[in-house]
Amino acid sequence: MTSLLDGSAPQQLDRDVDMLRFATAGSVDDGKSTLVGRLLHDSKSVLADTLEAVERASRDRGADGVELALLTDGLRAEREQGITIDVAYRYFTTARRKFVLADTPGHVQYTRNMVTGASTAELVVLLVDARKGVVEQTRRHLAVAALLGVRHLVLAVNKMDLVDFDEAVYAAIAADFAAAAEALGVSDHTVIPVSASLGDNVVEPSAAMPWYTGPTLLEHLETVPVGVDAVTQAARFPVQYVVRAPDYRGYAGQLASGVIERNDEIVIMPEGLRTRIVAIDTFDGEVEIAHAPQSVTLRLADEFDVGRGHLIVHPRQEPRVVREFDATLCQLSDRVLQAGDRVLVKHTTRVVKAVIDQVNYRLDIETLAKTDASSLSLNEIGGVTLRVAAPLSIDDYADDRLTGSFLVIDEHDGQTLAAGLVGDPLRRST
Amino acid sequence: MSTLTEGELLVEPPLPPSRKVPHLEVLESEGIHIMREVAAEFERPVLLFSGGKDSAVMLHLARKAFAPAPVPFPVMHVDTGHNFPEVIAYRDALVEQLGLRLVVASVQEYIDNGKLRERPDGTRNPLQITPLLDGIVDNKFDAVFGGGRRDEEKARAKERIFSLRDEFGQWDPRRQRPELWNLYNGRHKPGEHVRIFPLSNWTELDVWEYVERENIELPSIYLSHEREVFKRNGMWLTAGAWGGPKDGEPVERKVVRYRTVGDMSCTGAIESVASTVADVIAEIAVTTITERGATRADDKLSEAAMEDRKREGYF
Repeated sequence: MTSLLDGSAPQQLDRDVDMLRFATAGSVDDGKSTLVGRLLHDSKSVLADTLEAVERASRDRGADGVELALLTDGLRAEREQGITIDVAYRYFTTARRKFVLADTPGHVQYTRNMVTGASTAELVVLLVDARKGVVEQTRRHLAVAALLGVRHLVLAVNKMDLVDFDEAVYAAIAADFAAAAEALGVSDHTVIPVSASLGDNVVEPSAAMPWYTGPTLLEHLETVPVGVDAVTQAARFPVQYVVRAPDYRGYAGQLASGVIERNDEIVIMPEGLRTRIVAIDTFDGEVEIAHAPQSVTLRLADEFDVGRGHLIVHPRQEPRVVREFDATLCQLSDRVLQAGDRVLVKHTTRVVKAVIDQVNYRLDIETLAKTDASSLSLNEIGGVTLRVAAPLSIDDYADDRLTGSFLVIDEHDGQTLAAGLVGDPLRRST
Repeated sequence: MSTLTEGELLVEPPLPPSRKVPHLEVLESEGIHIMREVAAEFERPVLLFSGGKDSAVMLHLARKAFAPAPVPFPVMHVDTGHNFPEVIAYRDALVEQLGLRLVVASVQEYIDNGKLRERPDGTRNPLQITPLLDGIVDNKFDAVFGGGRRDEEKARAKERIFSLRDEFGQWDPRRQRPELWNLYNGRHKPGEHVRIFPLSNWTELDVWEYVERENIELPSIYLSHEREVFKRNGMWLTAGAWGGPKDGEPVERKVVRYRTVGDMSCTGAIESVASTVADVIAEIAVTTITERGATRADDKLSEAAMEDRKREGYF
């Protein structure tokens, strides 16, 4: 067996644990793979045979001890061709929480990868080398996280062992980071001094840094508030599918946000038809109430021609209905987008034809300055005006991540060209 | 409120009760959402059903997604011919009970026809690829649900929920589309298909907890029982007509259970006395061997075994 595994195992989960989706970003040199490996290893999420394989590979490379970075080593194709094929997903659980980690490579195609990983993340862990501090790339990652609406940011100041665990080094970096985060309107930010290779403050508190009294990285991940209370949100129910059975017609979907109850008065968008929810059905029977992100099936009081692409909301909380709107695009493919391009837009459960009316600006992700542009290339972020062939019911991305986001798809080859955010999510802060 | 003038009464309805949706319900709702997206956007979906716990959970999600209507697509079993009889009995009973259409792609038939040749090691898992792809093409399936999970293996950690395959069923990591929010892009050319993995974000423990919560029936071999087994490559294999044991491999009677269900020739049992789902959950929560490492000989063939088979069109 292995020398590293000490025989203790994760405690059995309480059935009703919650789930935190988070992303990590940082370059290889910052020790991100080692940090993620350490998190998995020290939280006892690495099982014996995986660890054996890593120990074997470490020995083959002539390494002294176990290279934790190998735990997150990617595909053979990546190693052989020196390419990075974006986000890898990892899973671990502690007694308190289940974690879904989107591990994004930071060095190549950072925008594409980070936008993807951050789109579903509630928290992002950024990594810096204590010897270098907050660098250009940190600011980029920070801006992308803020743009994508990530509410909690963590900066792990790694390699503290290489600066003699010096508090002053940490304090200077923490001040830099706090200023950058505040400038982007992110109020929840935490800076943790760690040594991924030695394990300090990753899972176990550091004996070498008694001056740091905050949580370890894992403690922070376990205790940061998860999710939004659905009760405080406007309800958004995109109809996915019409369920038909003898004497039955139900509208199936997943609540994107908010809460719906039986007997609620509702409005069907974009037409604005008013009716009432007669029943909220699930496989296990009717329920009185559903909270996001539950999947349910609704029966309505009136027989309207409702189908896929309709959005069910509450009166006085209607989204905007638009044929033309401004949006921020994150360009994900190598096709250059410019004014006049015909594309498809996939918004909630609706796909419509669209034209890029104009490219309004390109965002300099470091300075956040908007510069004139007529096109957007791979990994660029910019503002556009889109015209769509049918009315869309949209919210600003800053208000609702799911009804405020869309994909831009190539009509001809079907590839995903860009990620779209309705409005300018950074507007309030710049 | 403070601006209310006398005589005016503002009755704000009370806020509905808050509720934190627990992780199994989040995973379930995500899986149901994926199933409905596929049913709405594809012409001819099919669900790969091996009789294993992951496919049982997928089928359960499909029932939930479309109730009270029946599951609107058929299921396909890629049959290696080396089946555990308990699994085939389970499959047939379930298909009958739910009124599903079952498509069987048979490896044995391909061997009998001379289209496939038995491997020297007797392992048939790699031979599933051709019948699987032919089954997809012959039936014009354009979306194929698989029970793969990202926690199973490192080549799967980068798999998409909607995974595009070319007309040869091949997976090209560089052609995979970025997946953002809950927006899936299932566009494909004629002849291509999309593999759909609704359990991508589930772990082995999640699957078992869900099986318990939903009281999902599984083949009996998942729970401990006595069985004649022999040791090969460090794994307990079932003695039987498929070709084991060979000389010098002594047969023993052991109390075992299976963590995965596959081809008998390369699916190993583990020694276990877990006789209920709750026992299994307790055992998994403290286990130190990953599911595939414990029970799949074919993944041990090389460091990148799973990746190579995925490229060729494996599940």
